[in-house]
Amino acid sequence: MSGDPISNNVVTLTVNGETQQRVAAANRTLLEVLREDLGLTGTKYGCELGECGACTVLIDGIAVLSCVTLALHAEGTEVTTVEGLAQGNVPHPLQAAFAELGAAQCGYCTPGMLMAAKALIDSESNPSRDEIRQALAGNLCRCTGYNKILDAVSLAAGKA
Amino acid sequence: MVYSVVGRRGPRVDATDQVTGRTTYAGDINLPGMLVGGMLQSSEAHARIVRIDTTAARAVPGVHAVITGVDLPIAYGIFPVSQDEHALAVDKVRYIGEPVAAVAAVDVETVERALSLIEVEYEPLDVVTNIDEALQTGIGIHNEAGGDNVHRRAALEFGDVAAGFEGAHLVREDVYFFGGNTHAALEQHAAVATAGPDGRVTLWSSTQVPHYLHRTLEKVLEMPAARIRVIAAPVGGGFGGKTDPFSHEIVSAKLALETGRPIKIVLSREQVFYAHRGRHPVLMWVKTGFEADGQITAMHFKSFLDGGAYGSYGAASLLYTGALQTTTYKIPNYKFEGVRVFTNKPPCGPKRGHGTPQPRFALECQLDEAAADLGIDPVAIRRRNLVEPFSVTVNHLRITSCGIAECLEAVVEQSGYSAKHGALPEGKGIGLALGAYMSGAGLPIYWNDMPQSEVDIKVDRGGGVTVFSMATDVGQGSTSILAMMVAEVLGLEPDDLAMVTADTDLTPVDLGSYSSRVTFMAGNAAKEAAERIRDRVVTAVADELGLARDVVVAEGGRVGAVDDETKTLLWADAVRAAISREGPLTASGAYRAPDLAGPYRGAGVGISPAYSYSAAVVEVDCDLETGEVAVTKVWLAHDVGRAINPLLVEGQIEGSVYMGLGEALFEEQAFRGALHRGPSLLDYKMPTFVEMPPVESILIETDDPEGPFGAKEVGQGPLLPVIPALANAVHDALGVRITETPITAAKVVAAQRDMARGGSGRFGPTSVPDHDFGRLTQVDPPEGFDA
Amino acid sequence: MTRLPAFEYLEPGTVEEAVELLVAHPGAAIVAGGTDLFPNMKRRQVRPATVIGLRGVPGMTGVTVEADGGVRIGASTLLVDLVASDDSPPVLAQAAAEVASPQLRNAATVGGNLCVDTRCDYINQSEAWRTASGLCLKDGGDTCWVAPRGKGCVAISSSDLAPAAIAIDARVRLVGPTGSREIAVGDLYRPDGIDRIEMASDEVLVELLVGPPDGLRATYHKLRRRGAIDFPILGVAAAVRTADDGVVTDARIVMGAVAPAPVRVPEAEASLIGHRLEPDVIAQAAALASKPIRPLDNADMGSRYRKWMVSVFVTRALGDLAST
Repeated sequence: MSGDPISNNVVTLTVNGETQQRVAAANRTLLEVLREDLGLTGTKYGCELGECGACTVLIDGIAVLSCVTLALHAEGTEVTTVEGLAQGNVPHPLQAAFAELGAAQCGYCTPGMLMAAKALIDSESNPSRDEIRQALAGNLCRCTGYNKILDAVSLAAGKA
Repeated sequence: MVYSVVGRRGPRVDATDQVTGRTTYAGDINLPGMLVGGMLQSSEAHARIVRIDTTAARAVPGVHAVITGVDLPIAYGIFPVSQDEHALAVDKVRYIGEPVAAVAAVDVETVERALSLIEVEYEPLDVVTNIDEALQTGIGIHNEAGGDNVHRRAALEFGDVAAGFEGAHLVREDVYFFGGNTHAALEQHAAVATAGPDGRVTLWSSTQVPHYLHRTLEKVLEMPAARIRVIAAPVGGGFGGKTDPFSHEIVSAKLALETGRPIKIVLSREQVFYAHRGRHPVLMWVKTGFEADGQITAMHFKSFLDGGAYGSYGAASLLYTGALQTTTYKIPNYKFEGVRVFTNKPPCGPKRGHGTPQPRFALECQLDEAAADLGIDPVAIRRRNLVEPFSVTVNHLRITSCGIAECLEAVVEQSGYSAKHGALPEGKGIGLALGAYMSGAGLPIYWNDMPQSEVDIKVDRGGGVTVFSMATDVGQGSTSILAMMVAEVLGLEPDDLAMVTADTDLTPVDLGSYSSRVTFMAGNAAKEAAERIRDRVVTAVADELGLARDVVVAEGGRVGAVDDETKTLLWADAVRAAISREGPLTASGAYRAPDLAGPYRGAGVGISPAYSYSAAVVEVDCDLETGEVAVTKVWLAHDVGRAINPLLVEGQIEGSVYMGLGEALFEEQAFRGALHRGPSLLDYKMPTFVEMPPVESILIETDDPEGPFGAKEVGQGPLLPVIPALANAVHDALGVRITETPITAAKVVAAQRDMARGGSGRFGPTSVPDHDFGRLTQVDPPEGFDA
Repeated sequence: MTRLPAFEYLEPGTVEEAVELLVAHPGAAIVAGGTDLFPNMKRRQVRPATVIGLRGVPGMTGVTVEADGGVRIGASTLLVDLVASDDSPPVLAQAAAEVASPQLRNAATVGGNLCVDTRCDYINQSEAWRTASGLCLKDGGDTCWVAPRGKGCVAISSSDLAPAAIAIDARVRLVGPTGSREIAVGDLYRPDGIDRIEMASDEVLVELLVGPPDGLRATYHKLRRRGAIDFPILGVAAAVRTADDGVVTDARIVMGAVAPAPVRVPEAEASLIGHRLEPDVIAQAAALASKPIRPLDNADMGSRYRKWMVSVFVTRALGDLAST
């Protein structure tokens, strides 16, 4: 691309295994394209400035904040959002554990929390409670007090 | 009583939607042709609006409407006595960030451009930013003639405090300050409105109070309520922060009416900090008399509330700072004086515990200090004063079930408090406190004789049961609790039911998710409606099968003889039998709290059909050099009456502990003058995963006689004792007494340095303004009050 | 939604192309992870018309050990990779691990953290907030709201890596139109919250260079209100070289987040030379280190507490080095 301006370009994104093209200005964040252009409103926003973790998605399996990531920076990658966690109607073990153990109350931080947790347990199959705390330290939750989330991730880690 | 569904630990009925991203919050709604709305924020803290010119904004291509205060001239407010807000400022602005004008346009960029082109000419006025200034200066924030900035005053005396102090062995006078903080729900407030040519308006909003919002829209839009539909979308966290009618809700409806297009407004995180309605900063003076054995002889409590720029719930907030002191400890003589002032800051209102965490902090810290003076331990002084079940307080509050003693003993025993207090190594400490909270405010916000909760149930011919309730799930799990109660009565499973909630077109009124009222009030209504359905089905089955009515039960999805499985019908068949006999199978239930108000003005605040009780022990490990306080463990016992779903009860306890610790240690809605110090989730220091300790939740069940299945509240009460327990633990660890929240590392170190120089090691304000609270109302204690 | 302002986005394929683009587009901003730039742009603190992304430039990532034992760290190396690499100088990994949150460390880069914009309570706010406050110096106004009678902008250096890198004498390589140059990280920053960095507007920071092991042992301590997410409100890096008998022969104490640039405290460093790191020696150095440090009330926890904590953190940092 050596130096050609990228603006109002066509962005090709692979999200949850589906490849789609959208016209998106360079200043569009991945969060905006997911929610507004692809209709994937499962990914939330809580600050829009990289301070709360609600918008966490996976890019090639790595947890990042979609509110401070350009959509065009996700080109050529595999993006995974909360909508891509379950296999059809079979929930991912993390989803099942979050539901079973009351790890979601209002549920608003849950999608971001799930994605950060998935990145962790995909790379560390049996994380300690402290490793879970550290891995999720960028995800704020205002309802649960975190402990039930900790329990759920611990439970799911063994099953994922 | 043995129940099959009630008391069962299990997931929320909406858990699957939540974990798959399918839950549709207000900001997730997208409608065809939808426009974006946005609001211009005042850049002045206090100013007269001389002129607003929207010409340039209107000329921007893509702009569909621009409105200002003149387009929404009718004042409103959540309380009938405080109709002092406008959706968009009229004539004056009173805090930085107050909405002044609004735009509807095709996209966010166009909205921003148009907003930037609106010219507002302000004539700045002097600014009032704190309690002292508000009481001393002649700048009238609401009072145009100048004068003071007092919003409300209260002065009440029950019994004779002077006599109580006279006979006391010890009288302590202490000053405390509780800093302001805010809800900071993770979801930014959002609203979506449509208005069709048929003249009907529909509004989806992240609101805790669809009914009150409905009434506000009726008033401000000057439309019949019957033509307005309010739907509370699933709320991404409330905590009291979505309990007022807000500008963006009214503005989105108005813009939809103006443009004929759907409108969505999402507040920015910064705007959420300005919409606020969070914890009032409260300066408190408390004088308490004690016998030598710790028994309280009298208490005189003064509070000064910094209310921000508008009334909101402030009339109640003020009284709440004086109401519930008597619900945990027997206080034979009690005097409360309070004042709420206006300042040029975002309005304060109800946050989890509404008006009661502040006095609870003062009271429980002072009890520890008095215990030390008297040479008795903090457990003993509390045991000496506990209220008793089925009693009445000096200020006429009726206590029914009361597990305060069980809560106290449980946390003391499980934490090993008595062996640890005063005995841990320097830097480590343990603290104790108690609390009580209402299971729903006894009175509705506006005076009326109608039920506070109504629930309808409709059963179709296939046996499908649909429950209709305006109760609003803000994450606490109210929909799940109602489903469990109805399922229990009908012998079904919660996931057999369809739950339709929080929609003014579809559901009968419930006043909303505030004051911890839903389990108790909507629960009683749901239980009554379900019992009416069950009774009709049982009667039909008894007839059908030739059984005596009193041997027929509904359980396990069947209805019939309690002891003979061959004489039962499947639920669906039983339902068809009932419909065949008497037609459509529908029923309603309702709840209205008994009339509990005492014989004085102000008695409406604090009354409740039942009180929950909590006890907390907090253990800390303080850094001796940095003053940082790490909480290592919290034990929290809570008298919930009966746990309908222990998993959800624990969730409320753990969440309350979290929020309490955040308020106690870190969080500040802080200002430099009238400027918010940092309206962002980076600068507002809510605890992360790293700061949260393990919590031992202990559920105490006292089976309240009026609660549905014996249940009481759990959403707010457990927060109350956490903050003073933390303060008491820090004192135990370091010997410093921080009398002001949050207990930041900086304050701890300041107090340590003071102590090292031979000072008292106290950090916090030492005096309160000399203020005339107005005419004192003398009230005799109620009949049967046992002093 | 809070949007990024519109900009032209360019992706060079080489460092030389990046420099050409910088020359051709005055005022352009370089972006790697975007974790600093994009929030600042969303708040309209900066509005570059052109943004130049480095992600397509090959060879700018990775931690590589040179033949002489020196370490070369590409500017686009992610902080998470710096933390994880066995080849990373330990103090850099230690400091990087304390930056922000896991997600941000997954996107933020070494170059980005070294060049992180100075921060201040009065600038890291929305445009509406800053309008209400009145524009400050860094915002193009004529008043500093923190120190109205002061001489310049007092926004604070907020890099966790910078003090650590300075403490181990690390250098950076900058590439500009006239070629490449190396400067010490200690010379990279200016004591001015606005004109804050010794880089020409057409230079690109391409790598961080750490010399071969020479006996310097270093550590980093960070103060912040919460254990995650927060920027430093004080960062203390210390490094010493000791003789076999434990006597200090060389010392560095570097303070971040107290001034517009990281601050070294030569008197405190000198006081250590010729002594073992005994408690009284450490206490004296801590007192000397604290003396010239004057945090202002423009970050969390205010100025007084941060000043108090300087000696505590220096003591702790030197204590680490005494015990290893």
